[in-house]
Amino acid sequence: MTTLPQSTTTKLGLVIDMDTCVGCQACVTACKGWNDQGYGAPLSDQDPYGANPSGTFLNRVHSYQITPEDAAPIIVNLPRSCLHCEDAPCVTVCPTGASYKRAEDGIVLVNEDACIGCGLCAWACPYGAREMDADAGVMKKCTLCVDRIYNENLPEIDREPACVRACPTGARHFGDFADPDSKVSLLSAERGGIALMPELGTRPVNLYLPPRPKDMMTASPLAPLLDIRASGFAGWLDKILGKIG
Amino acid sequence: MNPAPSVILFSTLSGLGFGFLAFLAAGLVPVHGFHAFALWFVGYALAVGGLLFSTLHLGNPQRFLRAFSQWRSSWLSREAWAAVLTLLLLAPMALSDWLGFDWPRLWGIGTALMCLCTVFTTSMIYAQLKTIPRWNHWTTPALYLCFALTGGAVLAGQGWFAVACLLGLAAALLAHWHFGDRRFAEVGATIGSATGLGPIGAVKVFEHPHTGQNYLMREMIHVIGRKHARKLRVISMLLAVVMPGLLLVLAPKGPAFLLAAALIHLAGAMTQRWLFFAEAEHVVGLYYGQR
Repeated sequence: MTTLPQSTTTKLGLVIDMDTCVGCQACVTACKGWNDQGYGAPLSDQDPYGANPSGTFLNRVHSYQITPEDAAPIIVNLPRSCLHCEDAPCVTVCPTGASYKRAEDGIVLVNEDACIGCGLCAWACPYGAREMDADAGVMKKCTLCVDRIYNENLPEIDREPACVRACPTGARHFGDFADPDSKVSLLSAERGGIALMPELGTRPVNLYLPPRPKDMMTASPLAPLLDIRASGFAGWLDKILGKIG
Repeated sequence: MNPAPSVILFSTLSGLGFGFLAFLAAGLVPVHGFHAFALWFVGYALAVGGLLFSTLHLGNPQRFLRAFSQWRSSWLSREAWAAVLTLLLLAPMALSDWLGFDWPRLWGIGTALMCLCTVFTTSMIYAQLKTIPRWNHWTTPALYLCFALTGGAVLAGQGWFAVACLLGLAAALLAHWHFGDRRFAEVGATIGSATGLGPIGAVKVFEHPHTGQNYLMREMIHVIGRKHARKLRVISMLLAVVMPGLLLVLAPKGPAFLLAAALIHLAGAMTQRWLFFAEAEHVVGLYYGQR
């Protein structure tokens, strides 16, 4: 049934650090690469080398400019993917039972063999986490690399989502939010992890770390250089002309 | 939201069909013999035709039977059940009218109520979506039910009752627009809450994740439709309410005028349904700085 589990003992998810993310798109590429060959229908592209390319992605990195009232504007990158919500509206709207949330670890998945491609789950998601694959006609979404994290054929270091493994700045962290001592729980507690669009009542598992406050410079470090006093002939000329004027 | 023709045809035709079938089932159109067969056929054709259009919207329509499995949680699944059950349970009444069995009308009245339940389940597919604040309001089921009742009443030649339905529809339309225009602000989602960055300062989009279009933008960000929203509201009110109303009140009685009034009303319903989608803003647009 597409009803949600009452609660899950494990809550696997990501913490994404908007302070360290540089917007390099490595996670986007790694995600697309891994999900082209593993779980379910490959993420297709339409007209990839033509004039109007388009394709299915499970992770997209936005950039925003924030202007604080009393400081200089900053640029923040926000990788957007499935937040594996506890009250996932995408699950309950599904008419076929293709969309489900796993009771054992909280991962939200799509059983593509049962998906009729009605698109209602994508409408129900506030975060744009679901994209209909134009080739396969089924809904694609982040699987939290369920085919990597439990995969004993992979070296242990690779048993985390492809986006986390690929991130060169260590901005993405994977772990269990149900465990208060896990890396992700500690990080989000320490840095004040943010849930996106909490007013929609989805209770996301994934959290985002806000950018740390930037240093405030009281005066420009170049200020002393601006106080230029002429000397020699130029100084004499400056004095004379100043008196005439 | 993208106003896909398949979904517009589905919801307007099946709404009108179930509305008309409700009047036939309740016995408000005194017909028998071939005349009854023809009218019931029109009702079934509209309802079933509308439902068939909805399958054009699917990526894998061959698996449609699976949509009957999740009635406990999903409004779309409930709609599938309600539609099929209603169409099946209406059949004895249709046979009774056609072949003159004179079976008890109570059955027909019960199935007429089921027709309205079916339209209600259709409306709840849209009204349940918190992500689309304009739809997530009681005016959405009210509007769908008013459209079904009005279309049915006009087509079934219900005289002054049809005029009353038209007035009810006008009220539902005005309420839907009045509350709808305030819903997005009421829900309170902003680019600040969508990114979680609002507490730091004013947030604006610096760069999109991709230079082209994607599924999300095609499906959920439809800016063009809202440009002419005001004009389309006037046009849909004229076509769906005012013109059929004038025809019913002023024109001489006769099937040709009824059919004309119903067709004009249907054109109005389709215009309004197009706008219902085109005007609706999905919160995901906030990430793109577009609604």
